This record gives sequence, structure tokens and C-alpha cells, in this order.
Amino acid sequence: MQRRQFLKGTLAGSAVAVAVGAGLLSPRSVLAAWPTAAFEAKSVNDALSGLFGNTSAADSKDIEIKAPDIAENGAVVPVSVTTKIAGVTGIALLASTNNNPLAANFEFAQSVKGYVSTRIKMAKTSDVVAIVKAGDKMYTNKKNVKVTIGGCGG
Amino acid sequence: MADSIRIKAKAQGAEAEVKALITHPMETGQRKDKKTGQAIPAHFIQELVCKHNGAQVMSAQWGAAISKNPYVSFVIAGAKTGDAIEMSWVDNKGEKDSASAKVE
Repeated sequence: MQRRQFLKGTLAGSAVAVAVGAGLLSPRSVLAAWPTAAFEAKSVNDALSGLFGNTSAADSKDIEIKAPDIAENGAVVPVSVTTKIAGVTGIALLASTNNNPLAANFEFAQSVKGYVSTRIKMAKTSDVVAIVKAGDKMYTNKKNVKVTIGGCGG
Repeated sequence: MADSIRIKAKAQGAEAEVKALITHPMETGQRKDKKTGQAIPAHFIQELVCKHNGAQVMSAQWGAAISKNPYVSFVIAGAKTGDAIEMSWVDNKGEKDSASAKVE
């Protein structure tokens, strides 16, 4: 009985330690604006509902995603998004099969044009999904990127 | 983390493109140290803010899926030569840095 309790205790303890190590329980009080649920979501839809409260993005050809067709190194995949949609207020980038698909959410003032360029990590071949927000409307497009070496393991 | 941001802004007609390169490990927390087998704790930039002449024009929330030593670029309409651009970041450990540049 004692041994059982001891095991239970250590297992629970180590689970917490793992969570702390993974940054799941790190203090976030200073970063109240950071949408934890969206970044820890395991699917594109969960990430979107965590970020914007809904998942109803309309497919749009006016969003151009520039990314390599084949990325040799998944740790550094250059992605840029350009859109002609008027009144862009934000652009979010997701890699659909990453453990946590949401990579970044950019929010723009009126003076910033519908363009952003950055580099993301991709665990394996998947779609890069761009969500463009214009006011309360959401538009989306995606591009498949083949990844030769994943960028999330070690 | 002093001097972690290299920022440049270049005017092109009636707009200016801001480009920034930040030195940061962007550790996901999913990797393991090959020698010890211990998980390497997550350490990544969570918030990035950019100001144009003191007014916030861009803010971003990042996850660990942004590559190591992040690069970001975007375009501000109406920015002209001599305007002040300021960028700052905060990571999940509360470390922060900022840098500024003039539009060229």
C-alpha cells in the first residue's frame, strides 16, 4: 500500500515536472495577451477557434503564399504571404500537421500592407495555411510544402 | 539579451519595408538533449511589437514554430525616409529586447 502510494506520488510529480519543462506551466501573467489555448491547440480548427473564436474562413485566391515546393530543412521554411484583400487587419500562419499548428499571428494597423514574410518550422510534409483577417471577415489559402528533414525533433 | 535585433527599414516610393533579424534560440520544448536525454525547456519569443513614429503598427504573437533566429518583414504605407521604427520582443521566460532604426 505504501509502495503504491509512493509510486502514485512520484508519477504525478514527474508529470508536473515534464509540464513545467515543456513550458506549459511557466508563468504567463506578464503575457496576458498571448493566446495560450490557440498555440497549444493540436489542430488547425482548434487553433483558429482559440485565436479568433470561429473557424469560418472563406477560401480566397487573393492570398498568395510564397514557400518552397520542397523544403530540405523543415527547421527553416521561408514563408511569405501577400494579399490584395482590402482592409487587412491581421495574418496568421499555421503548419497543418505540426504538433501545435499555429506558428504566428500578426496584427496590423491600417497603415501596414497585406504582406508578411518570416521563417517557420515544419515537422513534416504538410500544408502551410494562411489566414487573412480583414475586420471581422476571415479568408484563407494554403500551399503544400514537402519537407525532407523535419524541423521539430532533435 | 542586448543587441539581439538587427532592424532595417527602406523607403520605396510611398511605403517602407521593415526587415528584422532577431537572435534567439526559439526552443520548442520538444527537443531532447542528445547526451543527457533530458528535454530542453521551451524558450521562444511570444510577442513582437513594432512602432512607427511612436505609434504601434504591428504586433505579433508567436509560437515555438517560428524558426531559430527569427526573420520578419512587412511593409508600412506612408512611412518615409527619416521616420523612426522601433521593434521589441518578449519571450516566454520574460526576457526582452528592443531596437530602433530610421527609415533609409
